[in-house]
Amino acid sequence: MPNMQKEKTPMTLLSGKDRTETFKEVAVGYTEKEALNEADRCLHCKNSPCVSGCPVNIQIPEFIQKIKEKDYIASYNIISKSSSLPAVCGRVCPQEKQCEMHCVRGIKGEPVSIGRLERFVSDYFNSNSSEKISAPKKNGHCAAVIGSGPSGLTCAGQLAKIGYDVTVFEALHTAGGVLQYGIPEFRLPKSVVNKEIDGLKALGVKFMTNVIIGKTLTIDELLEKYEAVFIGSGAGLPRLMNIPGENLKGVYFANEFLTRINLMKAYKPDSPTPILPVKKTIVVGGGNVAMDAARCALRLGAEVTVVYRRTEKELPARREEVIHAMEEGIKFNFLSNPVKINPDENGGVRSVTCIKMKLGEPDASGRARPEPIEGSEFDIECDSVITALGTTPNPLLKNTTKGLETNKKGCIVVNEDEETTIDGVFAGGDAVTGAATVILAMGAGKKAAENIDKYIMSK
Amino acid sequence: MYEILRKEELNPTVTLMEINAPLVAHKAQPGQFIILRVDENGERIPLTIADSNIETGTVTIIFQIVGATTFELNKLNVGDSLHDFSGPLGNATETDGVKKVCVVGGGVGCAIAYPVAKKFHNLGADVTSIVGFRNKDLIILQKEFEAISDKFILMTDDGSDGEKGVVTAPLKQMIEDGANFDEVIAIGPLVMMKFVTLTTKPYKIKTVVSMNPIMVDGTGMCGGCRLTVNGETKFACIDGPDFDAFGIDFDEAMKRGAVYKDIERHKYEETCNLFKKEVK
Ligand SMILES: Cc1cc2nc3c(=O)[nH]c(=O)nc-3n(C[C@H](O)[C@H](O)[C@H](O)COP(=O)(O)OP(=O)(O)OC[C@H]3O[C@@H](n4cnc5c(N)ncnc54)[C@H](O)[C@@H]3O)c2cc1C
Ligand SMILES: Cc1cc2nc3c(=O)[nH]c(=O)nc-3n(C[C@H](O)[C@H](O)[C@H](O)COP(=O)(O)OP(=O)(O)OC[C@H]3O[C@@H](n4cnc5c(N)ncnc54)[C@H](O)[C@@H]3O)c2cc1C
Ligand code: SF4
Ligand code: SF4
Ligand code: FES
Repeated sequence: MPNMQKEKTPMTLLSGKDRTETFKEVAVGYTEKEALNEADRCLHCKNSPCVSGCPVNIQIPEFIQKIKEKDYIASYNIISKSSSLPAVCGRVCPQEKQCEMHCVRGIKGEPVSIGRLERFVSDYFNSNSSEKISAPKKNGHCAAVIGSGPSGLTCAGQLAKIGYDVTVFEALHTAGGVLQYGIPEFRLPKSVVNKEIDGLKALGVKFMTNVIIGKTLTIDELLEKYEAVFIGSGAGLPRLMNIPGENLKGVYFANEFLTRINLMKAYKPDSPTPILPVKKTIVVGGGNVAMDAARCALRLGAEVTVVYRRTEKELPARREEVIHAMEEGIKFNFLSNPVKINPDENGGVRSVTCIKMKLGEPDASGRARPEPIEGSEFDIECDSVITALGTTPNPLLKNTTKGLETNKKGCIVVNEDEETTIDGVFAGGDAVTGAATVILAMGAGKKAAENIDKYIMSK
Repeated sequence: MYEILRKEELNPTVTLMEINAPLVAHKAQPGQFIILRVDENGERIPLTIADSNIETGTVTIIFQIVGATTFELNKLNVGDSLHDFSGPLGNATETDGVKKVCVVGGGVGCAIAYPVAKKFHNLGADVTSIVGFRNKDLIILQKEFEAISDKFILMTDDGSDGEKGVVTAPLKQMIEDGANFDEVIAIGPLVMMKFVTLTTKPYKIKTVVSMNPIMVDGTGMCGGCRLTVNGETKFACIDGPDFDAFGIDFDEAMKRGAVYKDIERHKYEETCNLFKKEVK
C-alpha cells in the first residue's frame, strides 16, 4: 500500500539566526527515513505523466522505485542517465512548473516531491560512492566549449565521456557560470557545484579560466585548433530600468550584488572584495534573481522589500524561494513599479518613488499587462536598491565573430541540431533561449554534444 | 599562473611589473586593460596594459599603491606568480585620422597615457604630452614620454620640478596660441579629466577621456562600471574605457567611484598594520 498522506513529507529547514544571518544552506535535505516516506507516496503510474514534465525525461518512477528498495546508488544511476547535474537540479528546478506539475498525486493534495528525492539520491551518491571516475579512452578528436555554466559543463561532460579531448574556456576566474556567481550558497552550496566540476576534471576535461572568447581568443582561432565549438555563454547582460537615479551609488544591478557575494565572498568579514553595509533595501523584480538578491541583502542585515509590478500569482520565481523569502521576513509590495530613485545629499539613495499598477489585458506572453494608475505615486525610504529586471545575451561573441547570426533579442540562432550559422559551431542554453533554467541549459548542452559527435564523426 | 618576470619601483608609490601572459600579450592594444587577482581569495582589480610584447609573451602593468589589493600586489617579487590575469578587456584607443594630438596625463594616469601617446607617435602623429604630478618624487615615465613626444611639458603641483601648476594651464595656453589639436586625450584622476574637459569644451576640440570606474567582471555582466554619457547609461568595460568627454557626467562618476572609500580605507589600514606586525 502506498503512503496516502496528502502533503509532501516536509523538509527540515534551518531556523533562527542560522536561517537569516548566515549563508548556510536553508533546506537541510531529507533523512533516509523521510526520503523513504516520501518515495512511498509515488503510485508508479503506468503512463508516468511526471516524466513528460521533465525537460530531460528522467525516469522518475524507476528512480523512486530504487529508493524504495534502498538501492540509492542504482537510483542515482537511473537519474544520471538523463541528467548530468542531479544534485543541482534537485535543488533549483522549478519543479512546480515541470515534473511535479504533472504528478497525479497533485490532483488531490500535493505532488510527490520529486526534486527533494532527486536531491537526496544525489547527495547520498556524492557522499557514499567510492566509485573513482577515470578518464575514458580518448577517441583522438577534440572540441572547445565556451562558458562553464550548466550548458557548457554538460556538453563538456558528455563529449569527454565518449572520448573527446575537451577544453572549456571561461571568462571568469572560477568555473560554474550562474551556479557559481549567481545562485547563492544558502540555496546551492558551492561545494556541490565544485564537486561536479571536479568530476569533469577527472574525466579529463581541461578548464582554461580567465579566457574571454572574443577578446583573449576568437571563435575563428578556436576553429583552427578544435574540430567543433560549443557556445554556452549564457545571458549575462543586465537590463536597465531607465529611470532617473539608476546610477546613484547604492543602486546595484542584481548581477553585481550577487557576484560580489557569491563569487567574491563579500559576505565574509575577511573578504578583500567590499559590499555596502545595506540597512534598508528595495529589490525590484519578481524572478529567482530578485529573490536571491533579496535574501542575500537580508543576510547582510538589511530590512528588505521586494517591489513587483504584478501580483503574487504572477511571480516568476520558483515557488519555494518565494515562500522562503516570506518566511524570512522579506516584505512584498505587489502591483507597484519604481519611477525614480531619489538621492540623498551624498549621492547615495534616500528613497524610491513607485507608482501603483493595475492588471490590464494579457500581453504577448499571456500574462496580464500591468498598467500604471495615474497619480498614485508613493515613496519608500531606503538606502539601497537592487534591480533584477532580467538579462539578455552578451553581444561580445556576436560582435567579434563574422557570420554568427543572432535574433532581435540578441539570442544566437541555431537549427534543430543546435548548430549556429557557422559550420562546426554549436550553441545552447541561455545564449540561445534567453534567460531560462538550469535544466533547459543542461538539456541543450547534452543535445549539442550528441550533434557535435555526429558532426565530427561524419566529417 | 602568471609569473612576474620584472619588477621596478618607479617611485615610492608606483610600481611596474612585467607579467608572463602570452594569450593576453598576443591581443593587447593600447587603451585596453586586464583584470587580475593576486591570490586565490583576492579581489579582482583592473589595470591598464602599459606595454606588451608578442615575442616574449609578456604584459607590463604600472600601478599605484592605493589600497589593500595594490598593496598586496606590491609585496610580490620576481619569480612569484599572480593567481589570475585576464584580458585584454575594453576597446583599444582610436587613433584613426588624428594628426596632431595632445596627451594629458595625471599621476599614475601617465602609465595609461604613455602607451597611447607612443602609439600616436608610431603612427606618425605630432604628439604633445602634458604630464602632471603632485611633486618631483612622484614623477614617472619622464624619459619615455620625452622620447616619443614632439613637445613635452612637465607640471608639478608644488613646482619642485618642471612648471608649477596644473595641467590645464599649459593646455589652455597652447590652444589659445593656436595649437590646433585634432584631439586631446586626458587620462588621470576624475577631477583632472573633468577640468581638462572644461578647458577644451569652449574651443570644441574633440576630447577623449579614459574612464576608470570600479569594476568586477570587466565583461559587461555586472553593470558596476556604468556611467552616464550623453544621458545614456554605458558600461565602461565594454563600451569604453575611452569616451567622448563632453557627454560624461563626471560628478556622478566621482560619487560612484567613492562608494567603498570608507570600507576600503579600513581594510587597507588593517592590511598595513598586519604587514607592520609581520616585518617586526
Ligand atoms: C541569480 C540567479 C538565480 C537563478 N535561479 C535559478 C533556479 O533556481 N532554477 C533554475 O532552473 N534556474 C535559475 N536561474 C537560471 C539559470 O541559472 C540559467 O538559466 C543557467 O545558468 C543558464 O546556463 P548557461 O550554461 O546557458 O549559462 P550561464 O550559467 O550563464 O554560464 C555562462 C558562462 O559563460 C561564461 N562566458 C560568457 N561569455 C563568455 C565568453 N565570451 N568567453 C568565455 N566565457 C564566457 C560566463 O562567465 C559564464 O560562466 C537563475 C539565474 C540567476 C542569475
Ligand atoms: C579600466 C581601468 C584601468 C585602470 N588602470 C590603472 C593603472 O594602470 N594603474 C593604476 O594604478 N590604477 C589603475 N586603475 C585603478 C585601479 O584599478 C585601482 O587603483 C585599484 O582597483 C585599487 O585597488 P586597491 O584594493 O588597492 O584599493 P582599494 O582599497 O580598492 O581602493 C583605494 C581607493 O581607490 C578607489 N578605487 C577602488 N577601485 C577603483 C577603481 N577601479 N578605479 C578607481 N578608483 C578605485 C577607492 O574608492 C578608494 O578610494 C584602473 C581602473 C580601471 C577601471
Ligand atoms: S530534473 Fe528537474 S524537472 Fe526533471 S525530474 Fe529532476 S527536478 Fe524534475
Ligand atoms: S505521476 Fe507522481 S505518482 Fe505517478 S509515477 Fe510520477 S511521481 Fe509517481
Ligand atoms: S565591470 Fe562588470 S559590467 Fe563592466
